[in-house]
Amino acid sequence: MAKNMSEYKVDTEKLHKLGDYMDSLERGEGELINILREAQEIFGYLPQDVQLFIARKMGIPAAKVFGVATFYSFFTMEPRGKHVISVCMGTACFVKAADKVLDEFRSRLKIVNGNTSEDGMYTVDTVRCIGACGLAPVILVNGKVYGRVKPEDVATILEDIETDENMHSEVGLQQ
Amino acid sequence: MSKVKLTINDIAVEAEKGMTIVDAAKLVNIKIPTLCHLNIHDIKMVNRTASCRVCLVEVEGRRNLAPACATEAVEGMKINTNSLRAIKSRRAMVELLLSDHPTDCLVCERNTNCMLQSLAAELGIRKIKYEGAMSEYKKDSSSQALYRNSNKCIMCRRCETMCNEVQTVGIYSAVDKGFETVVSPAFGLPMLDTQCVFCGQCTQVCPTAALTEVSHVAKLWEVLADEDLHVVVQTAPAIRVTIGEKYDMDGVDCTGKMVSALRRLGFDMVFDTNFGADVTIVEEAHEFIQRIKNGGRLPILTSCCPSWVKFIEHQFPNLLDIPSSCKSPHIILGVLTKTYYAEKYNIDPSKIVMVSVMPCIAKKYEIMRPEMQHEDQRNVDIVITTRELIAMLTEAGIDFKALPDDDFDNPMGESTGAADIFGTTGGVIEAALRTTYEWMTGKELKEIDFHSVRGLDGLKEATVDIDGKPFRIGVAHGLGNARILLDNIQEGKEEYHAIEIMACPGGCIDGGGQPYHMGDIEKVKKRMEAIYKIDAAKPLRKSHENPYVKKLYEEYLGEIGGEKAHKLLHTHFTAREKI
Repeated sequence: MAKNMSEYKVDTEKLHKLGDYMDSLERGEGELINILREAQEIFGYLPQDVQLFIARKMGIPAAKVFGVATFYSFFTMEPRGKHVISVCMGTACFVKAADKVLDEFRSRLKIVNGNTSEDGMYTVDTVRCIGACGLAPVILVNGKVYGRVKPEDVATILEDIETDENMHSEVGLQQ
Repeated sequence: MSKVKLTINDIAVEAEKGMTIVDAAKLVNIKIPTLCHLNIHDIKMVNRTASCRVCLVEVEGRRNLAPACATEAVEGMKINTNSLRAIKSRRAMVELLLSDHPTDCLVCERNTNCMLQSLAAELGIRKIKYEGAMSEYKKDSSSQALYRNSNKCIMCRRCETMCNEVQTVGIYSAVDKGFETVVSPAFGLPMLDTQCVFCGQCTQVCPTAALTEVSHVAKLWEVLADEDLHVVVQTAPAIRVTIGEKYDMDGVDCTGKMVSALRRLGFDMVFDTNFGADVTIVEEAHEFIQRIKNGGRLPILTSCCPSWVKFIEHQFPNLLDIPSSCKSPHIILGVLTKTYYAEKYNIDPSKIVMVSVMPCIAKKYEIMRPEMQHEDQRNVDIVITTRELIAMLTEAGIDFKALPDDDFDNPMGESTGAADIFGTTGGVIEAALRTTYEWMTGKELKEIDFHSVRGLDGLKEATVDIDGKPFRIGVAHGLGNARILLDNIQEGKEEYHAIEIMACPGGCIDGGGQPYHMGDIEKVKKRMEAIYKIDAAKPLRKSHENPYVKKLYEEYLGEIGGEKAHKLLHTHFTAREKI
C-alpha cells in the first residue's frame, strides 16, 4: 500500500522537508547517501520509518537502504543526544589509549547500554581516523576537535559543555 | 565474434572475446574451482561478485592473483591455474570460509549436497587452520516456508542477485560491515514480516544450507504413523518429471512409480493435483468468459502461483481486481477432499490430513493463509517439497527404480493433458485457452497446441483468434518479467485479455522446492519436454472433458461458477505493504 506521509510514525513536517529535499535532486538512485545524510541531519538519526519512506519514494528495496545505512558508521539508527562526543579509535589514537578516554566519558555519563545517556543529553560514540593523528588521542565534541586528551581531562571537558549550555540556553543542534 | 589467443597451463586456447578465464579454461577441459560464481544465461541470473576468491589463478605479469570468474581472458595472457601460489591461495580462501562455518555437516540439510562441502573435499582440506570468532545469528523459520540460517552463509551474494535482479523482489541486502556483514532483509525483520514471496529461488542458488525450506518431514512421519488419521496425498504436475532425477531418470515421466512410492510410504489415498488443475480451468475459463460478456475487468490473471499472488499484493496493490479469484489447484483439491470426498465416502473430515507434494516453497506459506480454510478445517494441512519427498523415500529405503507403476485413486485421480502442462510456463494459459475457445465458439478446437506460449523466453505473447475476434495473451515467468508486464498494463502501454504469470523462471518445473539443479538449465529444459510429452499422449487434453470433473459438478458442486463452487473454490486478495 502506498502510504500517506501521515502514516509514517515520525514527525510529518520533518518528513515533508526530507521529501522536498529528495524532489530537488536529479541523479536518482546515486543520491541515496546524500539523502540519508540529509535525513539524519533533519531527524538526528535514521528511524526505520524514515528509511522506509526513502526506499518507497526512490522505488528501491528497503533492504538496500538499510544495507547502506548500516554500512557507514556515520549513520545511526538510535536517537542522538543533544551533545555528541566522538572518540577517535584510529590506530594512532588507539595506541595513545583513546579507549581509556572513551571509558571515562561513558562512566562519568553513566552510559551502560547503547551510546546515549539516560537523560538524552549526551551521545558518546567512536569514529575511525579523522586525520589528526599528530594530536592523538583526538575527540570531537559537537564537531569541535580536542587533541591530546587524557582521561583526567574528561571532567573539565564535560564541565565546559555544561557551562556553555547554561550561558547559551538556545544552543543546540545546528539548524 | 572475434577471438583471442592465450595459454592456460601452457595449453593454447582460442577463446571468444569477452569470455572469462573460467569459461576459457572450460574450452580445454581445465576446471577452475568456483563457489560464488553462477551464470544461468537462459534466466539472466549472473552472479559475478567474485567475493569468495576460490577461483584465484596466476596471470603472468600481474602482481596479484586474478579471480578467474570475473577476469576477462585477453590476447596473449599466460595463465597458471595450478602454480603453488594459486593452490595455496585457493586453499587458504576455503580454509578461511570454513573458519567461520559450522562443521555440523553430518546433520546438515545439505549434507552430500553442499557446494562448500564438495569444494573442501575436492581441495583435500583436512584441517581448519584458523580459529577465531564464529558468526552467531538467529535462525528464521517465521514463514513456515523459507528457513534462513545465516551462520551457514558464505556471503556469495547469489541469493541477493536472484532476489533483487531476477525476481526484483528485493528482500536481501548485505547489511553492516566487516566481520558482522550479513545478508539480511530490511531492519533484520523476520521473513514473514517482509515482502518476501517465498518463491524459494534463493534456495535453488544457495551453495550451502543458509537458505532452505522449512522441513515438515518429521511432522509427516508422525501423521503417517497415526492409525486414527486418514492421510491423503496429492502431487503437483511438476513432481512426476523431476522426482526421477535422483535416480538418474532425468526428463522421465515417473507418474506410475511415484504413485507406488507414495502408497508404500503409507498414504491412505493418492490423489492428483492435476484433477484440481482441471477444476481450476473450468472455473477460470468460466470467470474469463463472464468478464468478457459482462464487460468486466481485463486482462484476467491466473492465480495458481502463491508467490506471484503475494508479489502482486505487495507490489501492485491497486491491480488486485485483475487476478482470477480461483484458488490454486492443490488448495481446490484439498477443499474437495475434505468436503466432496469425505461426504461421498462418509469420512469424518476432521480425521483427514491433506498432504501436498509441491515443487514449491510458497505453497507452505499459502496453506497458512486465513482464507485457505473451510468450516474450521484447513484446506491443506502439510506441504512437502519434491526434495523432502525424495528424502523420505531414501529414509524409507524405497528402491524407486524397481517400483511397479500404479494409478492415482479416484474420484480425484483422473486428469487431462491440460492439467499436466500447469507445471511449466505457458501451460496454465494454454489449458485455459483450450477450454475458453470451445466454450466461446461452441466448436471443437482442432489445433490444440499453442506453440507461441511455450518455451523459456521470459516474456511471451500470442494473439488467438476466437470466433473472428483477436485475443491478446501474455505470459511471464520469473517475477522480474512479471513486473515488466504489470508496469506496462498499469501505464496503459499494453492491453491483454488474459495473462499467465509464474514466479519461478521456467514455471513450477524449476520451482524453489525442486531438486537442486545447481545452475544446470538443461535439466529444466528436459523437465519441460517431459511435461509436453505427457500432455500429447493423453487421450483427453481439455479440462472440461474430464469425466470426473463433470461428475463432481453433477453430484456435488452444481453449476460451474455457481454459489457452492464460489464458496469452496474461490478466494480473495489482500493489499500488503512494501517492506
